[in-house]
Amino acid sequence: MAEAIRASALFKRYPPEVQALNGLDLSVDEGTIFALLGPNGAGKSTTVRILTTLTRPDSGEARVAGHDVLARPDLVRRAIGVVGQRHGFDPESTGRENLVLQGAIYDYPRRTLGGRVDELLERFGLTAAADRPAKGYSGGMQRRLDIAMGLLHRPAALFLDEPTTGLDPEARVDMWHEIERLASEEKMTILLTTHYLEEADELAAKVAIVDRGRIVASGTPEELKSELEGDTIHFELAQAADVAVRETLARVSGLTEVTSDGRMVRARARNGATAMPAALSALETAGHQVTSVTMARPSLDEVYLRHAGRSFREAEEAA
Amino acid sequence: MTRAARHSWYITLRYSRRLLRQPAWVAITLIQPMIWLLLFGALFKSVAEIPGFHGGSYIEYLTPGVIVMTAISSAGWNGMDFIEDMHSGVMDRMLSSPVWRSALNVGSIAYSSMTTVVQSLIIICVGLVVGAHFPNGVGGVAVLILVACLLASCFAALSNALALVVRRRETLIAAVTSIILPLTFLSSAFMQANLVPTWVRDISRFNPVNWGAQAGRTAAIGPADWSFVGQRIGLLVALLLVALFLATRAFRAYQRSL
Repeated sequence: MAEAIRASALFKRYPPEVQALNGLDLSVDEGTIFALLGPNGAGKSTTVRILTTLTRPDSGEARVAGHDVLARPDLVRRAIGVVGQRHGFDPESTGRENLVLQGAIYDYPRRTLGGRVDELLERFGLTAAADRPAKGYSGGMQRRLDIAMGLLHRPAALFLDEPTTGLDPEARVDMWHEIERLASEEKMTILLTTHYLEEADELAAKVAIVDRGRIVASGTPEELKSELEGDTIHFELAQAADVAVRETLARVSGLTEVTSDGRMVRARARNGATAMPAALSALETAGHQVTSVTMARPSLDEVYLRHAGRSFREAEEAA
Repeated sequence: MTRAARHSWYITLRYSRRLLRQPAWVAITLIQPMIWLLLFGALFKSVAEIPGFHGGSYIEYLTPGVIVMTAISSAGWNGMDFIEDMHSGVMDRMLSSPVWRSALNVGSIAYSSMTTVVQSLIIICVGLVVGAHFPNGVGGVAVLILVACLLASCFAALSNALALVVRRRETLIAAVTSIILPLTFLSSAFMQANLVPTWVRDISRFNPVNWGAQAGRTAAIGPADWSFVGQRIGLLVALLLVALFLATRAFRAYQRSL
């Protein structure tokens, strides 16, 4: 499959001391959805800003849709659609006016622009609101207007920087369906960033986990999860877990990587089904009361923990 | 239309729309110049009785001055739109598009000139109602408006440049409020040059607002001295070129800093 986006050894430092990118590499196949997953401050947005010609890296190179972002930003800009983290529309203008302005600055042929605008308004469910100022739109409608603007000139690649941040759960699921539809119907290459693990899992053919300015792991969500063999067992205790609890579990054969957070204890097991009874009886013998226990296939959360060396939540808090 | 002109026009259109959709702003834009003209006209009416004053009524003398003052005080705020766009995602969207880069500056400066034309016409009408005469006719008034637009463009470009550098509303507000009034009072907008202290007159020679006030007044109410007007317009054009250069440089620096 042809490569639509490629970045190699990107470094970017924001003075005085923020090393936003620290040798980031990535490669996205044409016509697929690629997710950059990481906590706030990991370097996702900086990567998107470089690939969309907004920011120049200190070193490294990148190609988008066959053009070098540093040498030919003009050609890259014509080939891509960009939906930033913040809204890119003019709140005082109507949805239609925003789309027409977008068409004008992309030199969309004036004769067919009106038709294209109507088509996008229809497709994103904005026809009824087309002639109202965009500032009065709901969060979901504003996001859809942003995306409609990004698509107007039929780009080969679309960049979505945190497309569902700030949306309520219902609007988020709608947005997921919209993104999936774009990829399947329009054969568009989509690079999205997210700090929602389930979003990357749900949408992306390939996920790259970003931490402190570098990709620490990449592959299909399944590949990443299968790197972690076996199962994860979550124990909920009656009291907060202490060192004794973790040591008790660590001695159970077949259990590894025991971690705890308050009353929740997590352990990995090569074979969860056999390790769980042993673990429960060990905890009972040692006098620790278990209130519930669940077993799960590994999630991207665990993949993140393994590669970034800290949990997603810790990384978010550190950022 | 060329691509550059088309892009600039759409930016002008967008800023105009933003103004027109906010009725309070429209009201302020239209009413404030009238208030200045009527208030200053009443307040300083007896200036016309000072020996050495040119002879006509004060309101006639004042009208071109208020036009010039209105032009620079509206245009001074021009950079606020840029700051707004930088803080929302609009500037980013523009910069990731193939838009002609200078269209953002050119379009917003053209918008400020359009506003100045409308405001100047209002002041002229109000001036006529309260007794001003423009002996040099429509041509003279047209030159006055042209001068106001030139001055507005200079200040709009400088305001954009400052906005791109400081990127904070507060700083721009502080700069505009502390510059506009002193520049106006250090000019002949409200008071004939032969009636002010020598040091004010000396400073006013280098004050672009004074160039505008002198040129606009000479063109509209005379006595017409077209070579003097032409020379003052020349100075304003030179300043505009410098201001455009600074705005373009500031824009490039902003892009590099992202």
